[in-house]
Amino acid sequence: MLVKQLSVFMENRPGRLYKLTHALGKEGIDFVTLSIADTKDFGIVRFIARDNERAYTILKNEGFTVGITELIGVEVADRPNALAEVVQLMEESSINIEYLYSFVLTNHNTAKILMRVNETERALRLLEEKGIKLLSEKIL
Amino acid sequence: MFSPEIETAKREEIRALQLERLKKIVAYAYERVPMYRQKFDAIGLKPEHIRTLDDVRHIPFTTKDDLREHYPFGMFAVPMKKIIRLHASSGTTGKPVVNGYTRKDLDDWSTCIARILTMAGATDEDIFHVAFGYGLFTGGFGLHYGIEKLGATVVPVSSGNTERQIMLLKDFGATALIATPSYAMYLAETAKKMGVLNDLKIRLVCMGAEASTAEMHEALHQLLGAFPTENYGLTEVGGPGVAGECREKAGMHINEDMFYAEIVNIEQNRVLPEGEKGEMVITTLTKEGMPVLRYRTKDITSLTYAPCKCGRTTARMSRVVGRTDDMLIIRGVNVFPSQIESVLMAMPELGKMYEIVVDRKNYMDILEVHVEVGDANLLTDYSKLEALVEKIRHNLRVVLQLDVKVKLVEPFSIRRAEGKVKRVTDLRK
Repeated sequence: MLVKQLSVFMENRPGRLYKLTHALGKEGIDFVTLSIADTKDFGIVRFIARDNERAYTILKNEGFTVGITELIGVEVADRPNALAEVVQLMEESSINIEYLYSFVLTNHNTAKILMRVNETERALRLLEEKGIKLLSEKIL
Repeated sequence: MFSPEIETAKREEIRALQLERLKKIVAYAYERVPMYRQKFDAIGLKPEHIRTLDDVRHIPFTTKDDLREHYPFGMFAVPMKKIIRLHASSGTTGKPVVNGYTRKDLDDWSTCIARILTMAGATDEDIFHVAFGYGLFTGGFGLHYGIEKLGATVVPVSSGNTERQIMLLKDFGATALIATPSYAMYLAETAKKMGVLNDLKIRLVCMGAEASTAEMHEALHQLLGAFPTENYGLTEVGGPGVAGECREKAGMHINEDMFYAEIVNIEQNRVLPEGEKGEMVITTLTKEGMPVLRYRTKDITSLTYAPCKCGRTTARMSRVVGRTDDMLIIRGVNVFPSQIESVLMAMPELGKMYEIVVDRKNYMDILEVHVEVGDANLLTDYSKLEALVEKIRHNLRVVLQLDVKVKLVEPFSIRRAEGKVKRVTDLRK
């Protein structure tokens, strides 16, 4: 069970993020998540849209370099240390988290964590063994 | 003056010597270098047809492509046993232009350099800090032996490690600096930053390998309190030492006993009169190892034969104002856009559009390559993009021997031109 995320190459200069968000916005596509790290010359904008497939096609047509990445998504209780427990689990098994971001939906009392790791299959098994709830795109 | 008998000879004496040597070198090249024999035979030209200096116009040009075609030793006029040194310049697709020197060639070369340093104001009491690269590049060794011939002291520092260079400049008390204009400026600025500018004793800066401007000379003079001069040469005709500026700084005196220079309008195949700008064409008059007849330098300049205030009577060339082709000179290194293109196009991760931006910051040339990212698979990790930048930098360094700033840009962000694409933006001009 993996969550599809779109990754878009973006130069760090004014107007670029607007171009991306507007390209999807004017087509009525909602973002579920969006993550951008601060970088120097260029970066990767990562997001999940309500309709990933359409978003992918739209951006492709607009000339963006866009890729699809599969992430592990887990749901944890919205309480202190919940994230730490998931991270600890990866750490103990020497699985490297390449990046991670989390979000909380307003009408839920759970937090959602999305992460990309170097050993996806093993991480999934571990999470399942521990009974941690995995997310699919639909649950988002 | 290092060779007053030549440097102050009457014009007619210089021309007589040039004619005598021209006839000799033409016959020599015709006999010993198959390419010249073929070129002459193809148009029915015989060495004995060259009776006056003006007859030089009948000789076909030699181009860089000719030299590359005969890589590595096809242009040599003597057996390898007679060649005691090889040098080479960077080439477009990895094939450099090679030059080979006999013992006499090296001796003549040092004489040319000694003259140029003397006219710049150097004496045998100077201590020369040579910051040109030592290696296949003609600059380092060329200057080195000329300084020895002059009888001055050589500090063969070579290039790199600027702070250490400044320490040595200070500790050894160098009075003269040999560097590219951009590196001379960078050294001076760094010395200023380090707070040791006033401890330096540099009184002369002899610059070559890339063109400089009057503004840069002035800035260097202000900063270092030293007298900057420029000199000219190119690997194809032996390296530095073709011409150099005297204290009057009214053009570069050509070593006319060794080189015959013409200014040519290539399109019209016409030798231009004194004072007119065109491409400089050089014939080596004394080279044994690799004689070159009418080499097209691609450098745009003009000549004057008027005697100089310094007392010299040799012809002077003005500073090179530009080049007839698209070659870039970055920190003294020849760079062709086609070299960059070949590197980028060989990488499937990249898009097919790129642009080259050349700028000068703190008097150092900066080469920046913008290239579009084509492969979406790289987007899984930021580190893959970083690795890609590193890979491009590495591949460019292998070919250009230069550090290049690489910038990944979005697809379609590089302007598409209708018709001929302008790939290079040179902000130095």
